[in-house]
Amino acid sequence: MTGRHPRKAYDGVVACLPVTIPYRRYSTNNAQWWIGRALRELVRGSGLRAQDIDGFSLSSFTLAPDTAIGLTQHFGLSPRWLDTVPLGGAAAVVSLRRAARAVQSGDVDIVACVAGDTNHVDSFRKTLAHFSRFSQDAVYPYGAGGANASFAMIARNYMDIYGARREDFGKICVAQRQNALSYPHALMKSPLTLDAYMAARPIADPIHLFDCVMPCAGAEAFLVCREDVARSLNLPGVRILSTIERHNACADDPVQVRGGWVVDIDELWSMAGVKPSDVDFVETYDDYPVISMMQFEDLGFCKKGEGPDFVRSHTFTNDGDFPHNTSGGQLSVGQAGAAGGHLGVVEALRQLTGKALGTQVQDAAIGLVSGFGMINYDRGLSSCAALLARPS
Amino acid sequence: MTAPLDRPKRKNPLARTRLPLLPPAARSRTAHGLTAAAAEGRFALQVCAECQAVLYPPREACPSCLSARLPFKDVEAGGTVLTETTVHISPEPYFRERPASRIGLVKLDAGPTAVAHLHGDVGVKARVRLELKLDRSGAPVMVALPQEDTPNMADDPALREMTCDPKFRRVLITDGRNALGQAMAKAMVDAGASLVFVGLDNTWKPFAGEDKLKALKGVEFVPLDLTDSNSVTELALQIGARVDIVINTAEHVRAGGMVGGHGLNDARDTMELRYFGLMRLAQAFGPVLRMRGADGVNSAAAFVNLLSVHALANWPAYGVFSAVEAACLSAAQSLRAELRGGGVKVVNAFAGPLETEWYQTLPPPKVAPSALAKAVVDALRKGTEDVFVGDVAQDIRARLAVNPKALERELGE
Repeated sequence: MTGRHPRKAYDGVVACLPVTIPYRRYSTNNAQWWIGRALRELVRGSGLRAQDIDGFSLSSFTLAPDTAIGLTQHFGLSPRWLDTVPLGGAAAVVSLRRAARAVQSGDVDIVACVAGDTNHVDSFRKTLAHFSRFSQDAVYPYGAGGANASFAMIARNYMDIYGARREDFGKICVAQRQNALSYPHALMKSPLTLDAYMAARPIADPIHLFDCVMPCAGAEAFLVCREDVARSLNLPGVRILSTIERHNACADDPVQVRGGWVVDIDELWSMAGVKPSDVDFVETYDDYPVISMMQFEDLGFCKKGEGPDFVRSHTFTNDGDFPHNTSGGQLSVGQAGAAGGHLGVVEALRQLTGKALGTQVQDAAIGLVSGFGMINYDRGLSSCAALLARPS
Repeated sequence: MTAPLDRPKRKNPLARTRLPLLPPAARSRTAHGLTAAAAEGRFALQVCAECQAVLYPPREACPSCLSARLPFKDVEAGGTVLTETTVHISPEPYFRERPASRIGLVKLDAGPTAVAHLHGDVGVKARVRLELKLDRSGAPVMVALPQEDTPNMADDPALREMTCDPKFRRVLITDGRNALGQAMAKAMVDAGASLVFVGLDNTWKPFAGEDKLKALKGVEFVPLDLTDSNSVTELALQIGARVDIVINTAEHVRAGGMVGGHGLNDARDTMELRYFGLMRLAQAFGPVLRMRGADGVNSAAAFVNLLSVHALANWPAYGVFSAVEAACLSAAQSLRAELRGGGVKVVNAFAGPLETEWYQTLPPPKVAPSALAKAVVDALRKGTEDVFVGDVAQDIRARLAVNPKALERELGE
């Protein structure tokens, strides 16, 4: 290999029409139902017929035995481009960047990027028990704590090395809850104080109740198409400045202290031609606040190890100096399975088009969305990010 | 330091018996390489045959060289805890009704990093020695123990879940008339069993060693004739709910093969006592054992079979006997699967000829009954499932692994 080929910009491609199907803690409907509703909202919001949507990109954990192909017949779609992105919290950005390239190359005109999952009584336990082969063989039998236990070990290690305190994680959670209070679809509707955060019951030390997302049912979706197509549909199109994606990076770190962003971060900024201080808000993947803190470092807002200080010296509400997870994030909205990553993209599309359902970030011109997912064994394997800009 | 267990109080007959639940048992087929190691108390991981990388979790291809030749081999069992957590909340009912699980990420000296149960005496970021154990579901798990033994360490609640320690448990030894049963009774008393029921077919009939056996603290004679279904059922009705470990010491060793033996009578007698005797025990005691797998400190824990190693490969000089032992081994496999749902282990202890009168004509090496008893105590304390006791058993096992056909020929010479 002789150096990296310069990447082509995403000129002329946009993401538009953010859709959320309001979450429910438990649902008697299955994943197909949630995905179908999201698709219908895309059709309704765009004025297109379902048959006009010629690309379909799907993410879901609870769709078995179906995959995307089964849903084409189920929903009466006849796409010429079909994708399944089974990457959990990384699915949204990966789905976006794949769809953008397919649109740009002319393989497809309009891609519906949909993520949806149901949450039946006891279905979360089953998802945990069969999440991955490594997890089944070598993690779940140990106390069956699921992701809570794995991230607890990552969090403790991070606290030991970099001096983060529970109060720092609490600050992130409290600010997100504040943001969620104005967001109509958040499952958590009451304010959270730092005292309540600190006093919450332990789940897996040092993870306590408010460090954990609430599994729920829901769906998120958006369209990817050419700018001219969006304009013809009267949909404000958010531009894609740059994206990155990386899997199983830094495999030799004994315990995860960074994600794959560190490998590609320079390219994310240089390709977009902007710098961290140009960003108006950030949507991190917040399955646990420690992971958000890692993202502040790995995405270039501060250096490795400075995450705790960065948190102490910034405010993360939508009116603060670093608006973060502006709809409340998964910690306050809920985690609708594979739609957890889409929550950030969908919220970014709303903020950048001035159509936030909750508190609007003033003059939001550039947003960063980051995804993280798939704790296959002892760490999250997938990381990705996208810099997005408001319509030109 | 581990708090020593309290001697369990008399059970409140009105209290609900806690029913057995199991930790997650699903494993990939390849991960059963760990099951095989744990069953014998070995610490074996996959070692790449091409690049010697040590791998964990179990894989189908080496992440260093993509080789598919990944046999399990014994590796160094030392390690260092990198980070840990105590899991307070789990969606699994088994863990919800037990104390919070302390688990850690351990960097193995052999190379990979493993999630392991941490013994209570393991310090923060401490050096540990790892063991592969079969948990309550019979599936293999990594357990990190303190580098050096600590007082009462076997009493650690998480560790005791994975073992069948006789301490404070009640044991049934099915035949006290022979040297094996007597050695086993003594070993169980010495290991801290709170009560040792010793079966005798005709309680009034005197026998050698009776006085010594009677003098053991906690030994109680009970009438038991394994060739009589009523006798076995009757005893189970009397004491079944108070038996935590069954050890079948019934012996019926006769020389002779299919052609040159003593006809069908010997075969029938051996079968009656050993195979049908085992089945009678299983039918009478199995159901209550299976219900009592989570019944506190003295829960039902194990069913121990003492088998001839020639159950694995017939020794024609004792051909009929070997065949019956093979039948018993097969039955034990069924029993193991049937008791697993209750979290009760079936331990098979394989031995060559014993130092007893029925093997009088054979040359050494032979296994002293006390050595077999000690091996059974070890197996119960470690929670292993298969134990090969003595030189002959080890020899047969090793040769069987290399070339079963050669072993068949050689045993017939």
